[in-house]
Amino acid sequence: MIRASNLTRTFKTKAGPVEAVRGLSLEVAEGELVAFLGPNGAGKSTSVRMLTSLLPPTSGQAMIGGHDVARNPVAVRQLIGYVGQGTGSGPYHRVRDELITQGRAYRMSYPDARKRADELLAILELEPQADRDCATLSGGQKRRLDVALGLMHTPRILFLDEPSTGLDPHSRANLWEHIIRLRRQTGMTIFLTTHYLDEADNMAERVMIMDHGKMIADDMPEKLKADLAGDQIRLRFRSEREAGSAAEQARNLPAARDIAREGNHLTLTVNKGESLLPGFICELHNSGVETQSANIHRPTLDDVFLSLTGRSLRETAEPPA
Amino acid sequence: MSDATPRVGLLQGLQQTFTLAWRSLLQIRHNPWELGDFSIQPILFLLLFLYVFGGAIADSTAEYLQFILPGVIVMNMVFVTVYVGHGLNTDLTKGIFDRFRALPIARWAPLTGRIVADLVKQTWAILLLLAVGFLLGFRLGTTPLGLVGMIVLVLIMALAVSWIMVLVGVVAKDPEHVQLFGFTALFPITFVSNVFVPVETMPDWLQVAVNHNPVSHLADAARGLLVGGPVVEPALWSLLWAVAITAIFAPLSVAALSRRLANS
Repeated sequence: MIRASNLTRTFKTKAGPVEAVRGLSLEVAEGELVAFLGPNGAGKSTSVRMLTSLLPPTSGQAMIGGHDVARNPVAVRQLIGYVGQGTGSGPYHRVRDELITQGRAYRMSYPDARKRADELLAILELEPQADRDCATLSGGQKRRLDVALGLMHTPRILFLDEPSTGLDPHSRANLWEHIIRLRRQTGMTIFLTTHYLDEADNMAERVMIMDHGKMIADDMPEKLKADLAGDQIRLRFRSEREAGSAAEQARNLPAARDIAREGNHLTLTVNKGESLLPGFICELHNSGVETQSANIHRPTLDDVFLSLTGRSLRETAEPPA
Repeated sequence: MSDATPRVGLLQGLQQTFTLAWRSLLQIRHNPWELGDFSIQPILFLLLFLYVFGGAIADSTAEYLQFILPGVIVMNMVFVTVYVGHGLNTDLTKGIFDRFRALPIARWAPLTGRIVADLVKQTWAILLLLAVGFLLGFRLGTTPLGLVGMIVLVLIMALAVSWIMVLVGVVAKDPEHVQLFGFTALFPITFVSNVFVPVETMPDWLQVAVNHNPVSHLADAARGLLVGGPVVEPALWSLLWAVAITAIFAPLSVAALSRRLANS
């Protein structure tokens, strides 16, 4: 459905050329829900703008639904819905009017556009606001209207650029509820960007991590965490001697790494920690080493980002105030 | 899949222009106060100049009305073009222009849509000023054809000046700067003209500037077409200016817009 090969984009700035995207290749199948995760300035938006025909790439090729984005942008635009970072509705326009104009631009007849607008107002729970000026909507309502605008022509692919940025946690959760339900009902392909870890973790079936214009990981969140971060286990023993002997035994565990003893504590990283740990404690017990406490830290995508880049996404991804 | 229709046709592009122009005009239907800028302001200007300055400049307000109405129509046209830049900049700095660009429409439709909508607003302002003028006792010294000719000529110049404001709208970083820059540039151009007072009352050096100001040519032509007097020469000068302004600023604006869009 979406295919990109070796996309690059260089911006000219006063300080010299900036390579915003450096050789992006990706493939997304029909019906997938994919999230681009990365700090601000990683090149997520630039990538999405190239995929949606809004920005010509410096080099490389993108195909959407079989159409070359550079050669047939009109066909691509007919196929996709695009919800950009900014507010897409005019402050002094009425909610329903904006939807109808959007439909008209897709060459829908007025009655069809009006019917579809009312349908979307109901789906995105904006009916009470239909005849109000867009300026009077709350942040979450404005964002839902942006999504509705992107859905007017029933696209097969929906691109969402930072859909939840700037929303309070309640509105974010509400927006996601709507997106997930839409997806269940329509089977639409959804491609979104976010710098919220929990969002990518909980909502996306597939996460592509971007940093400095490059994709540095692409997989299911669970798999990324298992492969790149693993579970961190921390055990406490009665003495340093016992902790040391536990460390010896830990070396025999499959895929155990980062084994470190600190006083009477032992830390190590493994995959599938929750199924490994009981057996290990038992093994230690049989050799006379008693475990006093055990603790598993399940990895987050931040741990994945940390292990890939040496930086924490939380530090780099704070949205500008 | 075949890529049979890579471009949007001219006819479809025009249709899309009208769809987007209609969007701009819808806003006024629901928010009539929006028209304040296009209605109340010109009427205020007319009344102010007529009754505050009229007695001092001309022998009577009735006589001054004949002089000032065509001038105020021209002045108001120039000021209203600022809203083209203001609106365009608002669309660009918010996500509205982005949304339009993701639509399967002609690339130029968002721009022409805004310009067409603004010409409709310009027409409204001219008709309103004429109506108020007639109520106050303005007498048409020519024929209805002259009146129509005046409207067309003013709209042609409005279209030309709009291109300057499109450039300002594209280059400015926010809508406030458009207004600041627009009015700062337009005030001297409008006032250093023969819109409000006869040019003979000014110092010689200023007369040179006034006589070469396109606003003066247009005001002269508008007077000729509404009240009577020479028409051909000032009208030709106005058209020449309109063509020159368009020839310079339309390509500059389009280039600046492409540059702005290619770097965001």
